[in-house]
Amino acid sequence: MQALVKKKLNMIQTQNITFSYSRKVNFAFPDIQTQSGETLLITGGSGKGKTTLLHLLGGLLRPNNGTISIGETEISSLSEKQLDQFRGKNIGLVLQQSHFVEAFSVIENISMASWLATGKKSEEKAKSLLKQLDLEDQMHKLTSQLSIGQQQRVSIARALINEPKLLLADEPTSSLDDENAFKVADLLSDLSKEYKASLIIVTHDQRLKDRFSNQISL
Amino acid sequence: MITKLAWKNIWFKPLNTVLSVILLTASVAIISLLILLQEQFEKQFSSNIDGVDVVLGAQGSPLQLILSSVYQVDAPTGNISYDEAKVWMKHPFVKSAIPLAFGDNYRGFKIVGTTPEYLEKFGSKVSSGKIFNKNLEVVVGSEIAKKLNIKVGDKFFGSHGDALEGEVHEEFEYVVSGIASHTGKVVDNLILSNIQSVWLMHENHEHSETEENPDHGEEGHIHFEGDEHEHHDNGHEAHHENAISVSENGKEITAVLIKFKNKMGFVTWPRLVAQNTKMQAASPAVEINRLFSLFGIGLEALQYLAYGIMLISGISIFIALYNTLKERKYEFALLRVSGASRLQLLSLVLFESILLCFSGFVLGTIVGRIALVLISSTTNEQYKMTFDPFAFVWEKEGILFIVTIFVGILAALIPAIKAYRLNISKTLANA
Repeated sequence: MQALVKKKLNMIQTQNITFSYSRKVNFAFPDIQTQSGETLLITGGSGKGKTTLLHLLGGLLRPNNGTISIGETEISSLSEKQLDQFRGKNIGLVLQQSHFVEAFSVIENISMASWLATGKKSEEKAKSLLKQLDLEDQMHKLTSQLSIGQQQRVSIARALINEPKLLLADEPTSSLDDENAFKVADLLSDLSKEYKASLIIVTHDQRLKDRFSNQISL
Repeated sequence: MITKLAWKNIWFKPLNTVLSVILLTASVAIISLLILLQEQFEKQFSSNIDGVDVVLGAQGSPLQLILSSVYQVDAPTGNISYDEAKVWMKHPFVKSAIPLAFGDNYRGFKIVGTTPEYLEKFGSKVSSGKIFNKNLEVVVGSEIAKKLNIKVGDKFFGSHGDALEGEVHEEFEYVVSGIASHTGKVVDNLILSNIQSVWLMHENHEHSETEENPDHGEEGHIHFEGDEHEHHDNGHEAHHENAISVSENGKEITAVLIKFKNKMGFVTWPRLVAQNTKMQAASPAVEINRLFSLFGIGLEALQYLAYGIMLISGISIFIALYNTLKERKYEFALLRVSGASRLQLLSLVLFESILLCFSGFVLGTIVGRIALVLISSTTNEQYKMTFDPFAFVWEKEGILFIVTIFVGILAALIPAIKAYRLNISKTLANA
């Protein structure tokens, strides 16, 4: 038991991060810690900087102060290019609205993400992931031919293809109906456990607040 | 993968792509066609000048004299007296002089009376059979032999003048004594005989026509179209027996190709001819330069037009890329999130444009050559001049290639930089 606890290192650890878009808009965020396989819900009204925090965690923005560690890497110390690579390999992102490379099919979109991060297309893995997400039949369709719920599941597949340490989701369910919202929530939670990724969801969706207990509010 | 993405992206908006590629293809096709035409045209013209310093012929347009006697494309300026010409052919400045006498044609191919030196001038040999040494023996150019399937020993009647429909000289039959080797020059499309054969064909006309003929610039043959050939009917048998010797007295030829021993001849000899005779001496090099400079203006204008089209296609690519940038910024942000670097996005946009330009270049090169084949078949019919569509003018077409790719890079530069500078966080947050 003791050994097991020791192995559970903090996957994500932030300290005193602040960010400002301008002099008037300043954010100071509470420290966050999560472990692999753990889910954290970040809630809060609009304008509180939920998305900003998510982008900071994903390395899309750099904080003014403070540190963000993912695994053993302090991401603010990385160069722009190293950060791109790190992001590709270690961070999966699911957004409120799914965006895709429109000219590519579902499977190509997923293997593209794998190729960008690792240089390999890993089509087999993409296929098994799509099977898990019940998208096997949509594999060769263009993403624009899918329903919104299906698109969101493709985003999840894409976010997970590189087995990231951290899975970030920005309002993943807000544009979905109840059935799809619960499906997506289950998938996110199950798959992040399976792939041993920390899951951080930013949301104001009551359905998710009811589902996940580990929450912080901004 | 970036290549594949660029390729798929191009075809995701086929209308934009097709427009840009069509414009590029058109401009590249025009330019490469012009390059090939100019190059091969000049080469063909220049190669035929080799060994000819000036041409001695009847007065008239010097360009016409050159075109008719060197290139066999125009009607001759008229005839000159052989006796008079001989004086100048034996002039001490002259190294070699090849007389030419035009008369008949066989199925549109000119029969030219000359000396075996004419064949040598073009570097051609008699590849099968032997050179003409009797009257009415002919050596057939390689192209004609191929097209009309003529073999040594074949016989045919010539038609009068240079028109295909000319009256047939049925009383004399030409005998093919040899086939000339291929040279790629005008001689491939000529039938050569000795000068006496031409005279023989048209004997007895001389007396009535000596006065009119020299000024007779239209057809340039030794007698009028409308002439009755009664004399041949009367003297048919006799002609055949005496055919071996035709008197040179009072006879006419069309032109003489002159090569000088040194530069002195080049300067003084033509002036002496102009001062002392009613003949003229024209320099093929000078006349052809004049012709090219006339052509040059037209070719240059076309070339500017083509580059103009290329500019427009560049603008069209720019607009297409710039317009889709707004829709594609999410895609770009997403690629960045998935681990793509700024440089990869930059190269993606550049690559799409370059791919368009490359396709345009390849298609244009092909279309240009198809056009050349079409032109070649027309010129072959009318002027016995062919162009080789498989020839490459590496230097000029290389420059064209670089220019095309450069247009592609230039058109994509601003969109590519915009993609490079894309703020991912802002793009995704405003989604």
